[in-house]
Amino acid sequence: MSRPGFVLEVDERTPSLLVHEGDGFRLERFPLGTRVVYPPDSLPALPDVDAAIRRALLHPVDAEPLPALLRAGMRLTIVFDDISIPLPQMRPPDIRQRVIEQVLEFAAEAGVDDVELVAANSLHRRMTPAELKRIVGERVFRAFFPAHLRNHDAEDPDGLTHLGTTRHGEDVEINRRAAESDLIVYVNVNLTAMSGGSKSVTVGLASYRSLRHHHNVHTLRHSRSFNDPANSAMHHSYDRMADVLNDHVKVFTVETTVNSDAFPTQLGFLNRREWEWRLADQAAYLAVKRANDLTPPKLRRQLWQRNNAPYGVTGVHAGAPASVHPLTLANVHRQQLTEVPGQSDIGVWGLPYICPYNVNSIMNPILVMSLGLGYFFNLYRNQPIVRPGGVAIFYHPMPNEFHPVHHPSYIDFFEEVLSETTDPVAIETKYEQQYATDPWYVHLYRKSYAYHGVHPFYMWYWGAHAMEHLGDVIFVGADRRTAARMGFRAASTLNDALEMARDTVGSSPSITYLHAPPLTLADVR
Amino acid sequence: MLALEYRRSPARFLTVRGASSTRFGARMSGALATNVAPLRLVNHAEPARPATGWTRLKPLLSGICGSDLSLLTGRSSPYLGALVSMPFVPGHEVVAETLDDLPGLARGTRVVVDPVLSCVARAVPPCRWCQVGRHSRCDRITGGRLAAGLQTGFCTDTGGGWSRRMLAHASQLHPVPDGLDDHRAVLTEPLACAIHSVRRVAIPDGAAALVVGAGTVGLLTVLALRAATRVGPIYVIAKHGHQRERARALGATEVFEPSRAARALRRACGGTLEHPVLGPEFLLGGADLAYECSGAASGLDTALRLVRAGGTVVLSGMPSGRVDLTPVWFRELRLVGSYASDGRGVPEGADGASTADAAGAADGSGVAEPGDEPADRAGQFAEALTLAAAAPLDGYVNAVYSLSRWREAIGHAARAGELGTIKVAFDPRRN
Repeated sequence: MSRPGFVLEVDERTPSLLVHEGDGFRLERFPLGTRVVYPPDSLPALPDVDAAIRRALLHPVDAEPLPALLRAGMRLTIVFDDISIPLPQMRPPDIRQRVIEQVLEFAAEAGVDDVELVAANSLHRRMTPAELKRIVGERVFRAFFPAHLRNHDAEDPDGLTHLGTTRHGEDVEINRRAAESDLIVYVNVNLTAMSGGSKSVTVGLASYRSLRHHHNVHTLRHSRSFNDPANSAMHHSYDRMADVLNDHVKVFTVETTVNSDAFPTQLGFLNRREWEWRLADQAAYLAVKRANDLTPPKLRRQLWQRNNAPYGVTGVHAGAPASVHPLTLANVHRQQLTEVPGQSDIGVWGLPYICPYNVNSIMNPILVMSLGLGYFFNLYRNQPIVRPGGVAIFYHPMPNEFHPVHHPSYIDFFEEVLSETTDPVAIETKYEQQYATDPWYVHLYRKSYAYHGVHPFYMWYWGAHAMEHLGDVIFVGADRRTAARMGFRAASTLNDALEMARDTVGSSPSITYLHAPPLTLADVR
Repeated sequence: MLALEYRRSPARFLTVRGASSTRFGARMSGALATNVAPLRLVNHAEPARPATGWTRLKPLLSGICGSDLSLLTGRSSPYLGALVSMPFVPGHEVVAETLDDLPGLARGTRVVVDPVLSCVARAVPPCRWCQVGRHSRCDRITGGRLAAGLQTGFCTDTGGGWSRRMLAHASQLHPVPDGLDDHRAVLTEPLACAIHSVRRVAIPDGAAALVVGAGTVGLLTVLALRAATRVGPIYVIAKHGHQRERARALGATEVFEPSRAARALRRACGGTLEHPVLGPEFLLGGADLAYECSGAASGLDTALRLVRAGGTVVLSGMPSGRVDLTPVWFRELRLVGSYASDGRGVPEGADGASTADAAGAADGSGVAEPGDEPADRAGQFAEALTLAAAAPLDGYVNAVYSLSRWREAIGHAARAGELGTIKVAFDPRRN
């Protein structure tokens, strides 16, 4: 039985607490009275994952068993989540591989010949063949790549189809092959409450024309939070689009959840509560910290990126998306939800080395912002852990580095757009169309391995709710010029950051530190 | 008479050239120019007028030009070695006071000097270029009664502005209106050059222009583009913050840092950004034309890489160093030189070369093209004087030194951009 999450109040006996900061971490001594939100312990993994998958496919929720949906001569499209999830990448075999293999076995038994596999990468960068192989496994890759295993292309005019509009006038335009299939089997990995459900197909296989209806400042500002689908305008839009989708194509979804084992054994102290560190954990901390600090930055980044999470699978559910997703969410909540009594003046987050968009890449400053003010700030239900007008303190070095192949439009966004304004609405109004339709970015998205030209805008909008909510944002350890370009302040230490926050929250602020990763979803009462 | 004199010393020239070609040496160019270059402060007898039509001048302000710095840091091309006579006193951006009466120009008149020493000053029959007022192309700058010298400031017989006395021919002089102070007047020569450079090619209405470099030449080119053409957006590549502000004040549409110029220009003008395995990135697309105003090989290289196919690159700064000309070939660019100023007041033909060029080449006569009347030499200098009075050029000459502080002055000029300065000048009257 795993222990539930809880809120620790820092007192004299509390040891220094671990804080992630990019490709590194530190032990930080927090002021007395600071509340620290810990996630539940990692849940036990399913003992037989393959059996669980088989059971889910044969006994789906609100759907016929998968074999009953398969027949010779049909068009079957298997769609799967891309490299942006889970984080860190899962130690092989990937759960998607295990699901896809079983789906393909059922399809073969039913005599289905017309099978295509499509990665639901939406406007994310294409995955390389090696990355695709890692997700689907050697056997599937050899059998299907490249003719029948590919990335979704949201800019292929012949590869998209417009299914209609929602009652709110939102365009639903998705991958033509999937839309014209007799059945879509969607294979999902769920790490956060925002993923899965209606989002899977309507976002993963969508075009810019469709995405702009929910990936915008207004919607994001009314998604409180986007990890709480019931209170997320973004998810309401997904649901409306899913209704249109369901009128055209049948979707059989397979959603999986994983536990919190994000780090391998040798980094086990990163998964453990600090006062429970054994001597070996303390020694490992010192050794890894020292070695990490001495490693050249590029090599350090590569080493972190090679970290494969030994996730255990905690649930596999299949069937109708609307029926499956609540079960998935329940699993996510079981793993991540921690009740927090009330808001505080200051919220503190340590930002790790990875986010959905820098796998095998560089965490550029805009991604840092998106990870902090987007993903981590929104790890709440009911209300943010910081009060309106409060201060967010993040830890990250925020170097001014960009991956020239993966993030070309990010570079221009940082240099051109942010040098003029950081206001999300102004940015959206003046620049989004330019970047979204820039032929060069479109070319790089389709033919190279670049995120779509509009993607940095979405990252900026991701933080729009936090920017509106907060009175100040301070990054500990950040490059000052880079932080300033984005409208934030940089501090050398936590004490400096707290001193800087005094102007906003006074000299005796209440502080809450959301201890992550492993991810914690704060249920703020 | 106190003067700064540049003397012949191949050893010193080559030493400076070698040292400044290294990365470290380039950073130390100011120190090299003041300690190793063969420049020295001397006390000479006052020059005598060689003939009627000449006057002695008392320089009031004399600018330090990029071409002067190129000479002192050894970066200037040996090509020019045949066109100077040594020793000479540098200084060709001069506002001065006449010390002798000339027809139509009383003694004591404040003048600016058009430095080109063409046929009329040399008392030789006008060459085909001087006949049509294009004296900057004069073929006889090594002949006549004067020693060789492409300009005042490179000729041993005339002296230059970095002294307390110099000589000038009446044809070189342009009276300065009373309302124009010395600090603005000393910018007339580089401004005339800028006007000349924007007239070297016909610029279609609305064309996108790129100006590489935002020192004096670059900024004044922006000014000239806005004042004398109907160019569209002007994009400027500037290293320093104060240059960016000034460029915007003069009418630049956007100003880019060098490191992001290619990306930013692609955003502005469209096209694709290409990354060769070796060497800097370049655009397929880009500006319609570019003005290279830095005088550095890297500046020309940048201009060639950022102009669209069929575009034009105008060399406004005195070129130095080696450049990969592949873009000229591959993108079918036109590379156009622009030297000094002349009497032409109208843009050249749309093909970028005047019909006079073509006619001269065809029959060797060098006669003017139809409709191209022999121009008044005052042409672009007159325009420059008018523009210098009207344009927002306050504070452009913000570092003035006496001749005795020449090391500081040249050191300052070598680092002018970093130090927030546009133009460094000598005031030879000061002690």
